[in-house]
Amino acid sequence: MAYTKRVDGRKFDELRPMEAKAGIIPNADGSAYFKIGKTTAYAAVYGPRELYPRFLQNPKKGVLRCHYSMMPFSGSGERIRPGSNRRAQEISMVMANALNPVVDLSAFPNAVVDVFVELPQTDAGTRCAAISAAAIALADAGIPMKDMVCSVAVGQVDGAVVADLCYDEEAYDAIVSDIPVAMTHNSKEITLLQMDGEISKDDLIKALELAKVSLEQVYQLQQKTLRERFSSE
Amino acid sequence: MSNLIVKERDIVIPGDILAEGMDYLPGDNTYREGDKIFSKILGLTGVAGRVIRITPLSGPYVPKVGDKIIGKVTDMTMTSFRVDTGTAYSAMLNIRDATTRFVRSDEDMSRILNIGEYIVVKITKVTSQNLIDLSMKEPGLHKVIGGRIIKINSQKVPRVIGKQGSMINLIKNKTGCNITVGQNGFVWIKGTPENELLVTKAIKLIEEKSHQEGLTEKVDAFLGDIKAPEGSVVTEE
Repeated sequence: MAYTKRVDGRKFDELRPMEAKAGIIPNADGSAYFKIGKTTAYAAVYGPRELYPRFLQNPKKGVLRCHYSMMPFSGSGERIRPGSNRRAQEISMVMANALNPVVDLSAFPNAVVDVFVELPQTDAGTRCAAISAAAIALADAGIPMKDMVCSVAVGQVDGAVVADLCYDEEAYDAIVSDIPVAMTHNSKEITLLQMDGEISKDDLIKALELAKVSLEQVYQLQQKTLRERFSSE
Repeated sequence: MSNLIVKERDIVIPGDILAEGMDYLPGDNTYREGDKIFSKILGLTGVAGRVIRITPLSGPYVPKVGDKIIGKVTDMTMTSFRVDTGTAYSAMLNIRDATTRFVRSDEDMSRILNIGEYIVVKITKVTSQNLIDLSMKEPGLHKVIGGRIIKINSQKVPRVIGKQGSMINLIKNKTGCNITVGQNGFVWIKGTPENELLVTKAIKLIEEKSHQEGLTEKVDAFLGDIKAPEGSVVTEE
């Protein structure tokens, strides 16, 4: 195995240090920030509110919309053009798909709940940080949810199965794969599973088992964050 | 054998297991799956006999029949007014429910209410699609004249009013302002301009520290020993 020591000195199954806080944006109905290593995601939830244009309305239940956006100097490379692009649109869609199974908007027909996620600093694993932040923000906004969703990336770097890849590992000069996973906490349903790169079948199974353990750590933080939000000091 | 996992007034988050076994029943904001009862919202637990329910700590206003709310007239149709309730759903106020007097069919409706005006109204009907009907024909329901309107989170309304109106009456008596709190989170304050500002700050304080104990004393200390202006009359809640 060529990859014996991780670039930032972590253990193979160790996540980067995480931090989270709920209720940070006063004007939003619910908000949270979630930080994992050098990746920071701010999520703001607005609504339920009226949905226009009207053809998007669903008379049976409310609609969940996600907006993902990386800030211009958030990455380690060149400036990114701000605003939406093809990548951001796709991630917005997979975020909505990852959150929709738990969010129960049947009490809000014809309305919309908007989730905006901004990433001021990024170092791989942005969609996972975005989903974890969005789940906290939705709960903070008092939106009915059946369960929490936690998300983390796992993968394989030159034969070693690792959790929570940083950018240097994603860009490692060998066979690498990056698998973002989102899972509901109680029912253990996978709501997001994507992959970039190559991985063997055995390693994939190992990686997904590792994801389960890692997601539990993310959940513990989400739970602690939400409990602290309203606990009297 | 059923067993209750949470205690009374615990903070729970969505997906928390509240109880196991069939002896407990899922109340508001909870659901049953298999033999377990789960939380559906961020809030405080309440156990009443066999029923477990959750009081939300945040979240949108859910319209209920009988609620007194404050709304803004946004549009007029042939026979009714459209009212913005501060939620995702606007309400309808039929002209017959807007006034007790006889309205001629060719009368100018803006003589009764005009676009942009705020009104204190009661909800008479809510459908499954959250269409809301209003009435203004009961005592205490009227057009808002003068003063200012502020918006707070609707889940904090019970704290602003306090037990048997203790909090709101404290603020009213100290500042001499008339305050009307709508269940949807709109608050109408009318008094002298300085005191209106003070009341606004006091209500924002309550909203911010709503989950703390001894809030009435804190607000009392915040208002200090100001006197209500001479001749001001406040209506008790």
